[in-house]
Amino acid sequence: MATTTIPLPQPSFGSPTSGGRLYWAVADMLTMTKRNLIAYTRVPDAIFFSSVQPIMFVLLFRYVFGGAIPTPGYHYVQFLMPGIFVQTVAFGSIGTSIGLAEDLQKGLIERFRALPMSRWAVLGGRTTADLCRNLFVMALMTAVGYAVGYRIGSNVGEYLAGIMLLLLFAYALSWGFAFVGLSAPNSETAQLMSFPVLFPLTFASSAFVPLQTMPGWLQGFAQHQPVTIVVNAARDLMSGVAKPDLVFPPFTSVASTGTMSSTVFWAVVWSLGILAVLAPVSVRRYRRRAL
Amino acid sequence: MTLAIQLEDLHKTFGKTVRALDGVSFGVENGTIFGLLGPNGAGKTTILRILTTVLGADSGVARVLGHDVMKEPAKVRTLIGLAGQFAAVDENLTGAENLWMVGRLNHMSKVQLKERSWSLLEQFGLTDAADRPTKTYSGGMRRRLDVAASLVAHPRVLFLDEPTTGLDPASRSDVWAMIEGLATEGTTVLLTTQYLEEADRLAEQLVVINHGKVIAEGTPATLKASMGATVLDLGLCDEATALRAAEALKTVNEKPPVVYGRTVEVNVNDGPRVVTDALRILEAEGIAPTTLALREPSLDDVFLALTGHRVEVGPDEAAQESPSPDERGQKDGRGRS
Repeated sequence: MATTTIPLPQPSFGSPTSGGRLYWAVADMLTMTKRNLIAYTRVPDAIFFSSVQPIMFVLLFRYVFGGAIPTPGYHYVQFLMPGIFVQTVAFGSIGTSIGLAEDLQKGLIERFRALPMSRWAVLGGRTTADLCRNLFVMALMTAVGYAVGYRIGSNVGEYLAGIMLLLLFAYALSWGFAFVGLSAPNSETAQLMSFPVLFPLTFASSAFVPLQTMPGWLQGFAQHQPVTIVVNAARDLMSGVAKPDLVFPPFTSVASTGTMSSTVFWAVVWSLGILAVLAPVSVRRYRRRAL
Repeated sequence: MTLAIQLEDLHKTFGKTVRALDGVSFGVENGTIFGLLGPNGAGKTTILRILTTVLGADSGVARVLGHDVMKEPAKVRTLIGLAGQFAAVDENLTGAENLWMVGRLNHMSKVQLKERSWSLLEQFGLTDAADRPTKTYSGGMRRRLDVAASLVAHPRVLFLDEPTTGLDPASRSDVWAMIEGLATEGTTVLLTTQYLEEADRLAEQLVVINHGKVIAEGTPATLKASMGATVLDLGLCDEATALRAAEALKTVNEKPPVVYGRTVEVNVNDGPRVVTDALRILEAEGIAPTTLALREPSLDDVFLALTGHRVEVGPDEAAQESPSPDERGQKDGRGRS
């Protein structure tokens, strides 16, 4: 379009040159991440109380229900903790929807939309900050696990790989909850909308009980849904692989990957798949300008 | 010459029925303060959201410094600053951190930004509070910080959506002084307001919009000339008496009095003289007003003069135009699907 602009007396910032675009996308995302992390440090009690619930779950299952749940191949605490870890980071990713709903509610998203910033940065910064928070929570939960008698059944390297896998999964979920946050009328509703999604996924999974105790129709769902797959992979990596004939469903050997256990492979595939589908969907939600 | 802001026949409909903008056109010259005056639900915020690339229009053209907001939104965003209706500051961040965030997202260098933040904090009287989380700020302080944030990157066109709504009179005149200062620096300012007084004080040019249409445009002076300079309100004991009083007062002023229930209203150019005359006439008629007030004309009076009826805002429409932060989220969430 042929238009003239009046000469600028002052520098114009953020002109989107093609070479600089990626640089600015990363820079904007880091700015947003830092902003969200600063905000977390200003509300330490919120972080504290959000850690209380997972600890209660640990105590509840370890000492109240645990004795009644037979877990062939593992001592119950060895079975339980990787499941609790996955549950904790999965519920932690709800924070993404709450944070975005709050930004929307306070008019901040409106301001961001009018800024020459990357369209990915608001969501990227939020999910990355939530990833950092989940990392902190995992450090805390590792200590809690140790305190209730959990011991690394593999080795430290595989335990850490397990943590990275959980965090990858939670990060992928964060992008999904970003969509919820951008669609909810307020942060309370965002939280309420997220809960019914996560509740069946985490409880109808192998996180707390072996699948063979469930009725057949439920097993069909539980066996194939991503939380079970990630929990099984985390359990393999952290608690060590149980004797295969005692584990349900029985392991299938991996044809192509050789060294990697099939559960870990599929857990990574699921996480990346969720990320690949939900991240663009959420960004589209954010970008849409027309009502 | 290129106008700072140019709208041509802009249309926007929300859902299927709510016509927020129904063919709006106007132009704003560079370096001026321009007022967008109208009641709640008139379409002011919708115009601002389209101009700041936050919302797309259904049809028509909107340009900022010659750039089409729908075709070159990225370019437009580098030229503008926006302070929306709800002071959009992050309350967990300090004042300085809020400016840092907006400056970085405008891609300013750290050195530039540091200098700029401090001069803005000084200019807006926020240096003492700079390192306090903004949740401890008063409404006026938040609003000032919000405007400061919109100015960080030296925007050439600044959009202010009802900058003084909800502020106490002292904060209001602070914000006014600040806006006047900007215009002397060459920034073009488009502000929306519900207050005639505010438009009168700040704007060099203004348009009045109602139901998504421009119903008047010009300088505040020409607008005010369309009615009396002051309004005389007389309250009577009942409606019949009010009608009698209006009849009696026909000769007191060139414009005939108007009756609303028990109130008689006269738009006058020479307030004190008309008051004396009016009271003399009423006394001769044996009518004693229960209340009497001489006041500045309000937006309502402008509407009365322009349209012949009072401001009418349906509750639905008001919600559309001026969403609470909650509703804003909901609106964005619904989408076209």
